[in-house]
Amino acid sequence: MSKKITIEPVTRVEGHGKVTILMDEQGNIQQSRLHIVEFRGFERFVQGRPYWEAPVLVQRLCGICPVSHHLAAAKALDVIVGAGTGEGLTRTGEKMRRLMHYGQFFQSHALHFFHLSAPDFLFGVDGDPAIRNIIGIALTNPALAVQGVMMRKFGQEIIRATAGKKIHGTGAIPGGINKSLSIEERDEFLKGADPLNADKMVSWAEEALDFFKKYYFANKDFIDNFAFFPSNHLSIVRKDGALDLYNGVLRAVDADGKKILNDVDCQEYANYIEEEVRSWSYMKFPYLKEYGKEKGWYRVGPLARLNTIDFIPTPLAQAEFEKYKALTNGKPNNHCLHMHYARLIETLHAAEMIRELLNDPEIMGDDLVTKGQKIKEGVGVIEAPRGTLFHHYRINDNDQIEMANLIVSTTNNNEPMNRSVNFVAKKIMTGKEIITEPMMNAVEVAIRAYDPCLSCATHALGKMPLEITLLDHNEQVIDRKRSH
Amino acid sequence: MSNLIKFKIDGVECMAEAGTYIIEAAKKNGVYIPTLCNMPNLKPKGSCRICTVKINGRLMTSCTTPVADGMEIESTSAEISELRKSIIELLFVSGNHFCPSCEKSGNCELQALGYLYQMMVPRFPFDFPVKGIDASSPKIIKDQNRCILCKRCIKSIKDAEDRSFFAFRGRGNHLEVVLDAELASTMTDAQAEEAMRNCPVGSIIVKEKGFAIPIGKRKFDHNPIGSNVKV
Repeated sequence: MSKKITIEPVTRVEGHGKVTILMDEQGNIQQSRLHIVEFRGFERFVQGRPYWEAPVLVQRLCGICPVSHHLAAAKALDVIVGAGTGEGLTRTGEKMRRLMHYGQFFQSHALHFFHLSAPDFLFGVDGDPAIRNIIGIALTNPALAVQGVMMRKFGQEIIRATAGKKIHGTGAIPGGINKSLSIEERDEFLKGADPLNADKMVSWAEEALDFFKKYYFANKDFIDNFAFFPSNHLSIVRKDGALDLYNGVLRAVDADGKKILNDVDCQEYANYIEEEVRSWSYMKFPYLKEYGKEKGWYRVGPLARLNTIDFIPTPLAQAEFEKYKALTNGKPNNHCLHMHYARLIETLHAAEMIRELLNDPEIMGDDLVTKGQKIKEGVGVIEAPRGTLFHHYRINDNDQIEMANLIVSTTNNNEPMNRSVNFVAKKIMTGKEIITEPMMNAVEVAIRAYDPCLSCATHALGKMPLEITLLDHNEQVIDRKRSH
Repeated sequence: MSNLIKFKIDGVECMAEAGTYIIEAAKKNGVYIPTLCNMPNLKPKGSCRICTVKINGRLMTSCTTPVADGMEIESTSAEISELRKSIIELLFVSGNHFCPSCEKSGNCELQALGYLYQMMVPRFPFDFPVKGIDASSPKIIKDQNRCILCKRCIKSIKDAEDRSFFAFRGRGNHLEVVLDAELASTMTDAQAEEAMRNCPVGSIIVKEKGFAIPIGKRKFDHNPIGSNVKV
């Protein structure tokens, strides 16, 4: 008799969803799906609002990475107010936005690694769920827990200084920024009491990376083979091929490293990317038009970024990048759990960038906004912590938004997350009648690697839990697990 | 000086010139009485009712009642505070006030009064009225979702011939403040700025300048509304 397994909700991810796994009579996995079960509709209710409200309104999509939405919307509106496509802002305007963005990266990546993923590494995928969490880390490795909390705090303080608030600020406005850094604020971040200063954050980012690398080399087989499958990878890159999380051109490579989207202008994204709707999820499935639904899907996020770029423009992260690339002989890395490795290299890069920006006197300038000839439509693309984020707006003659399209990082990862779930389910659940907690967590580990933000992905409002369900061939529920 | 009279607000001896409206007389004595419709140099209307006080057992609007010799005014009692809080809550639920994305947030008098009177969870059901936005003027946006019908804009924003840019339209639940389309095309930047400044909420917004004041520098970021009155 066939079965349907439901895991609901998936835990230690941002937002809520569920997994269903369909088994045939012989216990073989027929199909696995990650369902995002909530609907929001920001694209609709932003319509009619004055365009300059968008960066403040749409960032409410998320409480974890609102800065990404805030900045992507502001970048789209820069185009509309004639301030160019990323390079037209004043130097202070651009640097303040970058500082805000790298602060956001630093805190979001620290949150994911220390709070959401580290418990799996410290206690094992099959560890006791009662302690496999941040509280367990605090009890068994308090220094590491403090490090995670303080790294997050530092990033949040950078956001507060640049956007006015740690969550949902107002710093970026069309054409620039509404404040620069005061000398006191700058000095506090550079010379603040231990541990809250930029130098300490760089060294802690290195320590976090060392912590993961030790775990990796001790568990190489598991990390390398857990949900390994080839895919395309997409991100923005700086025009010279450097890692640039704030601005650049769109690049995609296939599993062998061949460029399949060759540094195209972000304003043209709609010519290259399309979204498919499937009836069982509120999250769409984007793909590269030229390669179709079957072959055009791609991954975004840390793994993808380190596959598309040529180098990292900060020395410590570049040195780590070279070692990381050597693991796959310079070829794209398709190991799902290497996402954590890539994320920690990016965390180090973000810390280095924060220190560099704080040491730049232009961060304290007073030329904040630039504007030019207004046009009706603009696209803002940014690398959010979880991957490439697209914001696209069109306005009417009265300055009201008449169209908005958002392709959120986690949406871009929809197909790969589904494939990861399927990969793990096939490997560990084939022939099994009862779902054990470690099996469930293994599926969640695959999803968690992407650091998905499910509430962002459906642009939804409200709470989102996640569950796993086991169905028989008649789609009758055999077993269901739900976490809160 | 012979016109000076004595009166009490919440038991505190005060003095003011005879004929001064209570709200102004209180201000001159360092006592804050809230208002959402009254403005200096304009004839008071008593339309928002937030300034209600109790005099000799009767509820009166302090912006329309002149102070009298020996008058005893109750303004901060639990009863009056509760009444004001109720009015604020009713204003919130009868419109569509979404502070998180409103650019007047931090400078909004209604929001500031919500904080001052510690409005937590509204006790009245939300109306969620269907309201529109008039964005056709070159200088400003009139967002009806946030309008509390205080009439400040109608009374204070006028052209050189004393014609008001704003007017009431409709009746009852359909009453709204609208912008005269013809006059709106002649509105200057200074008039637009003044209209936005005078609006106690975020119903009048100057175009294309949103969120220019950073968090931390807005009117009520550090001090609650009325702080400038207290001595």
